[in-house]
Amino acid sequence: MSETVLVPPEHTVPTAFTRAPLDWLPWLEPLAVDAMTERHLASLVDAARVKSPYFRLLARDPDALEARTRTDKDIFYNPDAGLPRAERELAAAATSRFNGCLYCASVHARHAATYSKREADVQRLLDAGVTADLGERWNAIVAASVALTATPSVFGPEHVDRLRRAGLDDLAIADVIHAAAFFNWANRLMLSLGEPATTTAP
Amino acid sequence: MTMPTTDVDVIDALVGISPGSSLDAIRARRPEARAHAQATYQALFAPKEPGGVTAQERFAVGGFVAGLHGATAIASYYAARLAESGASAALQEAVGAAIAEARTSGPYGAYPPGPLSREDTAGVRYRVGASIRRTLGSRLAAALEHTHMLVFHPRDAAPPALQALLDAGWSTTDIVTLSQIVAFLSFQIRVVSGLRTLAGHP
Repeated sequence: MSETVLVPPEHTVPTAFTRAPLDWLPWLEPLAVDAMTERHLASLVDAARVKSPYFRLLARDPDALEARTRTDKDIFYNPDAGLPRAERELAAAATSRFNGCLYCASVHARHAATYSKREADVQRLLDAGVTADLGERWNAIVAASVALTATPSVFGPEHVDRLRRAGLDDLAIADVIHAAAFFNWANRLMLSLGEPATTTAP
Repeated sequence: MTMPTTDVDVIDALVGISPGSSLDAIRARRPEARAHAQATYQALFAPKEPGGVTAQERFAVGGFVAGLHGATAIASYYAARLAESGASAALQEAVGAAIAEARTSGPYGAYPPGPLSREDTAGVRYRVGASIRRTLGSRLAAALEHTHMLVFHPRDAAPPALQALLDAGWSTTDIVTLSQIVAFLSFQIRVVSGLRTLAGHP
């Protein structure tokens, strides 16, 4: 007999992009905490992630999860030059907005706003979508992220030129490419293995 | 079952990055991302423990994802690995035929009913054609149908899609691996495409 999907508890489905924290409810059974081996626990990389049903679900393939997480951290957190953190988060938020991942967009819009202090521009991206006017440098980063996210990709030399004119060097452009590409990975997992829920008031 | 291992960095090979080139230097600035993108490839395509997903299934899905992205060189790479894994000529041809009948452009799909519904974009829900299905079998056919949704319209994901996989013989853990394969390749293909564009436009 085959397994069955989970039925999430009653919850409020978010119907707009938001910077507010959201919950995430799995459609497949995460590993139970007390059933996790040392390998499963190590694959979380951050021990606190044992509280997350998303990471306990992905821990079913621990080698893939650990490598995913270490890739993610270097793309977004490596402080060695390149694109400022705020703009790596902008690329992540724009990619998530375009693919339609409300959960990922909420997390990375929040980070983009925190690191850039440009809450109104980030909110405009969420409200109006990826064609919102955010000033030329951010417009160039959003347009490049969106072009790379289209399937098939339509990212071309004109996007490289526009990013260079906006002041990005090639390391920064490679950071845009990696940030947008990574969220094509993350969005697909978040969107297809569970769903966002509006956080209930504490 | 053959799971070819390789020490060659797949992204470097697919972009054509040679030691000492400017892109080699750029990738070296994000060493963890470079190493763990490769480690993810190893985890998904040359796993230490094959688990419930065969090498042929992994490479058939890989070739299908790359083909749907119109990424010819990358699709050829995964098609070659599928052939090495011992897949029959009929299976290799069926994957190619599925690519030909399934190609479209994305992202499209529907949002939860509400203000975002004005952004809903119609598109095909792919069902494998009867003759291809006979060659693939119901388990791999179900995987390709799910893969098509993840590639082109991930925001349409819902529990019935996962139940269809469970009913076709994919375990919960197998589905995590399958989802990681499709999602990781959505990253790898964009990194390769983006870096190739950057390298070709000095």
